Amino acid sequence: MNPFLPYPVRIDSVITETEDRNLKTFTLVFINAEDEKKFVYVAGQFAMLSIAGLGEIPIGIASSPTEKGFLKFTVNKVGKVTTGLHDMKAGEIMGVRGPMGNSYPWDLLEGRNVVIIGGGFAFTTLRSSIVYMIDPQNRPKFGRIDVVYGARTPGMLLYKDELAQWEKRSDINMHITVDDTNDPDWKYNVGFVPTVTRQKAPDAENAYAIICGPPIMIKFTLPVLSELGFPPDRIVSSLEMCMKCGIGFCGRCNIGTQYVCRDGPVFTLAQLAGLPVEY
Amino acid sequence: MPDICIAKENFPELIERLMGRYRVYAPVERGRYYEFAQIGKAAEADLSFSNTLLSPKGLFHPQAERMFEYSLARDDPDAGIVKEAQKEFAPRLILGIRPCDARAFDLDDANFDTETLKDPWWIRRRDATTMIGLACDSPCSTCFCTSMGSGPYDTAGLDVLLADIGEGYAAEVLSEKGKAALEDVCGSSAAGACLQVAEKKGAAEQSIAAAFDPVAISKIGMLDLYNSPMWEEVQFACINCGACTFLCPTCWCFDIQDEVYADRGDRLRLWDSCMFPLFTLHGSGHNPRSIKTQRVRQRFMHKLKYYQDRYNRGPACVGCGRCVQACPVNIDIRQVGLKMASTVSSCSA
Repeated sequence: MNPFLPYPVRIDSVITETEDRNLKTFTLVFINAEDEKKFVYVAGQFAMLSIAGLGEIPIGIASSPTEKGFLKFTVNKVGKVTTGLHDMKAGEIMGVRGPMGNSYPWDLLEGRNVVIIGGGFAFTTLRSSIVYMIDPQNRPKFGRIDVVYGARTPGMLLYKDELAQWEKRSDINMHITVDDTNDPDWKYNVGFVPTVTRQKAPDAENAYAIICGPPIMIKFTLPVLSELGFPPDRIVSSLEMCMKCGIGFCGRCNIGTQYVCRDGPVFTLAQLAGLPVEY
Repeated sequence: MPDICIAKENFPELIERLMGRYRVYAPVERGRYYEFAQIGKAAEADLSFSNTLLSPKGLFHPQAERMFEYSLARDDPDAGIVKEAQKEFAPRLILGIRPCDARAFDLDDANFDTETLKDPWWIRRRDATTMIGLACDSPCSTCFCTSMGSGPYDTAGLDVLLADIGEGYAAEVLSEKGKAALEDVCGSSAAGACLQVAEKKGAAEQSIAAAFDPVAISKIGMLDLYNSPMWEEVQFACINCGACTFLCPTCWCFDIQDEVYADRGDRLRLWDSCMFPLFTLHGSGHNPRSIKTQRVRQRFMHKLKYYQDRYNRGPACVGCGRCVQACPVNIDIRQVGLKMASTVSSCSA
């Protein structure tokens, strides 16, 4: 099997997620049924979205492996390929290559409490993780699930309908927040993610923290997690890097000896402490 | 130890017969330099060369390679679907490759041929290729293969090693592929040549000055090397021209680009270089190696430290000396290696 060759997929739907229209969620369906059987993935992995004529981009898989028949990706418009993708409509053909990367450490998370902290559009693989965990088959494997998810404004939150549904559930503690808003109908928290994390003070006992977000959010949330008692080997993050092949061949995404596409993108803070700070 | 001796007067005939069974690549003179090219006549092969300007890595990892093709025609139901470009992998023979370059491909295998993922084109080209190497008797002043675990008579990665013994070549068969290549050769016994080859090997190895010790580098902590103040000085003259990466047989980094012509297009793989600022530029505009020091450090750390740590088979350097010869500002990897090897490890646990 050629690991550079994408599976052909059809765009089933395109949803604009955010009020600035820069984030769209694409639901993709495999054109060949047997390709879907080959694409076996785990929450936290990513895939290369391929547009013939433009190129490929590495995007976290937003759907959960418990959701059958399609893949979901939420894509931020930043450059040539993402702009081309944002111009595409349901029915059009593109490609998906993968799954790639090492996923969140589900074997270590079993039997633990899980604290998920996300900011902005880094929430995509966290959606995959939440949907995976609250699936009836999987929920018993985990203890308490706490989620802190924030965006700049209510209109910038991803998956708003799902967030509201999860907020009503008793088997997951959702703490949705925005940096600021003057929307009188806003029901949830107001405050930066690090602040809200400190307020809600999730218990670090027998818990792992998964954190994904913009560098500034991570910078100010890590000290909060340390104060709460999370040791570096129980704080997990997913990194981003410029990637081309996504499979550890082209040489560009390394941090020291580790290829972010192949050995990562998920690393614990303890692992990152042993690597050069070059990301 | 050599198995068979081939008289030089019989060599052109041997090449002609090989050309009947393989596409033969040999060093060809192009004015001021040599390059490995497919030959049409035995006389085109010139084994009196020292080494080629470009390493022969382009024979396994082409500078530009068409991986896939696709239609973009509006009415084509297959439009947008990426398909493999048809390629040929007919048997090839590389004649006269130097031991350093042959070993380099073994080192490159660590990248392209892993347990879980394999580069299909690299693998097929490696499988289809037989390499008859030529030992070095006049190493250049810039050669340091002996310090990198290789040597002028090193057999790593070769199917046959030829040693020039004056009136002929003493050939040592190293693999089944090598045996197949020489199966119908007219040769004589090599018993008498053993001592001569051993002496020439010793003389050639002695003539190469010791450079630096990669084992010492492997023992120093990654972060101690990375955070060393030596890099400010090393990077000073570098102009990020990328010549080192293009000539180096163990530099394999590549880019993937789509190229479109009217209603069809290709997905290409192209040599790229960690020396270029765009190499690691994110779509967001963030660049983890935006400063030249970071890029220069990355190259030496990758070749002499990260590769060692990751694969445990020595450095990603064979001491061919091409980067030393080509660098327009005279940065010498041997000096950088010495500085790295003498970096003090910190005492932190």
